[in-house]
Amino acid sequence: MSATTPSAEAPEFFVRSTHDHDDGHHHETGTMIGFWIYLMSDCLIFGSLFAVYAVLGNNYAAGPSPKDLFDIDMILVSTFMLLFSSITYGFAVLRMQMNDLKGTQLWLIITGLFGLGFLYLEVLEFTHLWHEGATPMASAFLSSFYTLVGTHGLHVTGGVIWLITLLIQLSLKGLTHENQRRVMCLSMFWHFLDLIWIGVFSFVYLTGVLL
Amino acid sequence: MSLAQTHQGPDYSHLDPIFGKLSWESLPFHEPILVVTFAAVAFGGLAVFALLTYFKLWGYLWNEWLISIDHKKIGIMYMVLGLIMFVRGFADALMMRGHQALAASGAEGFLPPHHYDQIFTAHGVIMIFFVAMPFVTGLMNFVMPLQIGARDVAFPFLNNFSFWMTVSGAVLVMLSLFVGEFSTAGWLAYPPFSGLDASPSVGVDYYIWALQLAGIGTTLSGINLIVTIVKMRAPGMNYMKMPVFTWTALCTNILIVVTFPILTATLALLTMDRYVGTHFFTSELGGSPMMYVNLIWIWGHPEVYILILPIFGVFSEVVATFCGKRLFGYTSMVYATAVIMILSYLVWLHHFFTMGAGADVNSFFGITTMVISIPTGAKLFNWLFTMYKGRIRYEPPMLWTVGFMLTFVIGGMTGVMLAVPPADYVLHNSLFLIAHFHNVIIGGVVFGVFAAIGYWFPKAFGFKLDAFWGKVSFWCWFVGFYLAFMPLYVLGLMGVTRRLSQFEDAAYSAYFVAALIGAVLIAAGIAAFFMQLYVSIKNREQLKDTTGDPWGGRTLEWSTSSPPPYYNFAFTPRVHEVDAWWHMKKVGYKRPTDGYEPIHMPHYTSTGIILAGILTVMGFGLIWHIWWLVVATFIVAIAYGIGHTFNYNRDYYVPADEVAEIEGKRTAQLAQES
Amino acid sequence: MRYLKPASVLLLTPFLSGCNLVVMNPSGDIASQQSSLIIYATILMLIVVLPVMALTILFAYKYRASNKDAEYDPEWHHSTSLEIVIWSVPMAIILCLAGLTWVATHRLEPYSPLSRISAEKPINENVKPLVIQAVAMDWKWLFIYPEQGIATVNEVAAPVDRPIEFQISASKIMNSFFIPALAGQIYAMPGMQTELNAVINEEGVYKGFSANYSGAGFSHMYFKFHGMNDQDFDTWVSKVAEASDDLNREAYLDLEHPSIADPVSYYSSVDPELWDAIINLCADKTKLCQNDMMMVDALGGGGLEGIVLRDSFAGICSSDDPAALLARIRIDRVMASSIDETGNMTVAQTDFSALDALRALSPTQERSSTPSTLN
Repeated sequence: MSATTPSAEAPEFFVRSTHDHDDGHHHETGTMIGFWIYLMSDCLIFGSLFAVYAVLGNNYAAGPSPKDLFDIDMILVSTFMLLFSSITYGFAVLRMQMNDLKGTQLWLIITGLFGLGFLYLEVLEFTHLWHEGATPMASAFLSSFYTLVGTHGLHVTGGVIWLITLLIQLSLKGLTHENQRRVMCLSMFWHFLDLIWIGVFSFVYLTGVLL
Repeated sequence: MSLAQTHQGPDYSHLDPIFGKLSWESLPFHEPILVVTFAAVAFGGLAVFALLTYFKLWGYLWNEWLISIDHKKIGIMYMVLGLIMFVRGFADALMMRGHQALAASGAEGFLPPHHYDQIFTAHGVIMIFFVAMPFVTGLMNFVMPLQIGARDVAFPFLNNFSFWMTVSGAVLVMLSLFVGEFSTAGWLAYPPFSGLDASPSVGVDYYIWALQLAGIGTTLSGINLIVTIVKMRAPGMNYMKMPVFTWTALCTNILIVVTFPILTATLALLTMDRYVGTHFFTSELGGSPMMYVNLIWIWGHPEVYILILPIFGVFSEVVATFCGKRLFGYTSMVYATAVIMILSYLVWLHHFFTMGAGADVNSFFGITTMVISIPTGAKLFNWLFTMYKGRIRYEPPMLWTVGFMLTFVIGGMTGVMLAVPPADYVLHNSLFLIAHFHNVIIGGVVFGVFAAIGYWFPKAFGFKLDAFWGKVSFWCWFVGFYLAFMPLYVLGLMGVTRRLSQFEDAAYSAYFVAALIGAVLIAAGIAAFFMQLYVSIKNREQLKDTTGDPWGGRTLEWSTSSPPPYYNFAFTPRVHEVDAWWHMKKVGYKRPTDGYEPIHMPHYTSTGIILAGILTVMGFGLIWHIWWLVVATFIVAIAYGIGHTFNYNRDYYVPADEVAEIEGKRTAQLAQES
Repeated sequence: MRYLKPASVLLLTPFLSGCNLVVMNPSGDIASQQSSLIIYATILMLIVVLPVMALTILFAYKYRASNKDAEYDPEWHHSTSLEIVIWSVPMAIILCLAGLTWVATHRLEPYSPLSRISAEKPINENVKPLVIQAVAMDWKWLFIYPEQGIATVNEVAAPVDRPIEFQISASKIMNSFFIPALAGQIYAMPGMQTELNAVINEEGVYKGFSANYSGAGFSHMYFKFHGMNDQDFDTWVSKVAEASDDLNREAYLDLEHPSIADPVSYYSSVDPELWDAIINLCADKTKLCQNDMMMVDALGGGGLEGIVLRDSFAGICSSDDPAALLARIRIDRVMASSIDETGNMTVAQTDFSALDALRALSPTQERSSTPSTLN
């Protein structure tokens, strides 16, 4: 090999002490950005479903259209439930930053209850529509409606299960480093679902009823 | 089917509550080819099982490999998976070539249409999802963290889980050989043919769930590797000092993360159509099969670049190393990669110009497709001018590279021909198209994978591969490829379409026979590769790499020992220039021999393999409509996954003494060498 | 450029003697223009491909390690002028190709009527194109000649030098309609109508087939395309017209059953409403017609009651009269005193004021017979 003679002032090629390269610190931020990238990929799943709804949303197959189906008042209630749950999650994070375990848990429980309320209303809506005959099999519009809204609902369900798990972990271990990170990840997830719902609400429900 | 039925979903009333659709008739005793294959696989499996038991290797295999979260071992396992599936996929190819050669010569052929259709579907699915993807992911897993001076990937457990999810998909595809049947709908399963009416059997369900499981693994692995590159580069390695392979890995993983969710969503909608009776892709009640074709190609075209981009990276590393010269035009190489990444998202419609979207739309997508050839051409020139004024050593990896450069331009050229919409009207779906994409995938991805295996094998195992058998393998492949696929270009121009199992015209005979001979030659190339492995393992002492840098490498993976210690680097390297290791050698670095510190490493965990195993069973239940099994495995999987999050003890520190001992041995060995 | 094609064909002849490269040497004007396009594109690309291949071999040979005479410069890795060349040369070629693509794609758009009969022969404005309706079925081709009122299976014929307008659809599975000697292919999709305008310039018998895999009988899904002089064509038409079978809805549904390698067969007459029913997927009268469904959807859907009542207008295929359709399902808006279940168009007692209001709201669309044609 053509390695030339060592130069007098060869630069430092190795990190000789962990002080100037903190491995642990890197891992922490890694989790947050990794989770954020996951959310973006999830966002693309929703993006695909929105696109499908945009294409098929007017194909009622001589069946019902949004105007015939949606009870906008009830949807408004569930929308506000989800919006409030985002705010209460924000309070939980604030309490966590003040190192207040009880406060964090309390606000998380309130968030979870709002989430459950939202889910309850969604199940109510779906069963009502189903009994009226507006099943996902009835038209392409209904297929894409159930799938888009249902996928969001499944995500919220997952979020609630995660929330319960996290509450147990908080009560077991307290506000440890790992648990704080998990609270922050779930926080991103929760706000993300809120954002998606705003899209669903305006794109599916509002335009469906108004236009 | 009457209207009333389309309002409801599929009729499940006749399903067996315990076995779902599964029954004795599901086992293909009536297919002699399958029975023989099954006997062979069962015998081989038993032999492996017996050997492992006899040599008491189960514990070693489990503790050191299957539950390992070491990126190097996972990378190697991906390569092994790719190789195994490659043999399966190639057996399918040989059967097709054999059958078509017979059928074109007026004989009946040995495959009835239903079997032939499964084979070309399986060939495509396996080669893309379970050969090319594992190869590419395996390479990125093994090489990239070493190149950026990291000790592992960002999420080591997730990495293990991703791998086992890929295996899980592969297992389902293999299972379809012996339990039930595989899809006959082609590798992209276009509806309405893949709908429940036209394909009521479990074939398409095998396809869907195999791809869904593997797809989850791929997406998670994509996220993992992006974060690794973004967050874990050695100090000093800014983006424009990253090795080109790492750059291509970054772009590929970004593409994975932005496209695989679309595949997941699309397949989920197809699943809804088949399982629930929705109308996304049916022709009835407002559904649109054309939407499926659009969605699947929005994923499908970037997928091609997911495969080829890292291979471009491989060639960039190989060409610079074996020419003993810095890569020409590093910056333009990086920009070309990024441009290809972006453009690959804007060309999907060229896969179906013949749908009749109108001249404006067609020419737009035709032109965007052609534009991709500009950065690709620039890359080729960069490799070319890297060779210029170099000192080219013709080790097998370099042979593959030159073979690639000559072959790939032909594939690129025919690709641009297909991108001209009116030309595509006559070439679409013909054997010309088949020849084109094998031209770029074999000439690009496969050649690249073999180059990469030859190049990084000594790093992974501590000894080089035998050069003679490597060259035999290369020449068999190179000549075999041309013999197998040039006739297909001609057949395409003769107006022969793809996926035919019977022919009315004997004029094609000679070309199909030539293609068969080419395929046999490729088989010889594969055999030579396995011979190469065998000979190299036998002669591993002579081929041993004691320096860690057998080729005169340029990037950081060559700065550590071969194979690297499990922590990769005793001291995290500091980077000052593009070819960091080359620079270190040039200015005379001093390898530190003292002052070791404890190293932070993650624990191995069996969660990944167990979770993926449970999900495989769930996939099986979904395919065969065994609902109780689906519910049970789903609940267990969720519970098990949650249970894993209660384990807070995930990492440990390697004591400084242990590091000192391992590094001390290497110091002694290096001293002995010089 | 005119001589390039024969020249390159000549060049290739020694390698390909004995095989009929129908794609490169077709008998229809559209296909010949497409094959010329392939040649022009190839030549344009060879401008850069050939030098690259030559340089690859040259450098690979010249700079081999054993050749110590060759220059070695391990640090040479950048040259701005070279970079400009390697980016701009492909760019220039792609620019030319892009122009070629844009023009050719618009000129050879399969939906547009022909602009010439052949390179030598201009189009006669007075000759109407011969309409042939093609249906891809499991696994055979049905051809309907609306002008002649006949239909054939697995055989199609057309007079030489008369423009042909193929209207293409499929019964259940997507296929692709392709006669390489005549013109490029276009997909045949259920519930859709695609179009292909072409002309055959030489008499002869040519191969046609499905170029998109569609299942077990796909390999046998081919037919003969006959290019005939006018006289022979007329003879052929009268031969078909002598057949004993009629193609009505029942005969069509019978034909629709999957079958492989069907012999050529003829129908002497065709139900004039059949084509509309085929492309709207309601040849089977128990099925909802796509055009009717879309008409109702354009008017805001049929409401919840539509899910049940839409069955009552299955198989009608006449969205020209949306009032009658809507009357069958929108009970809340019209006084539907009697809903006829037989499928015949007897209009119920309709509250036309409500309907007129509705129709005024939505733009009247002429989408009756080709509901989902692209373009």
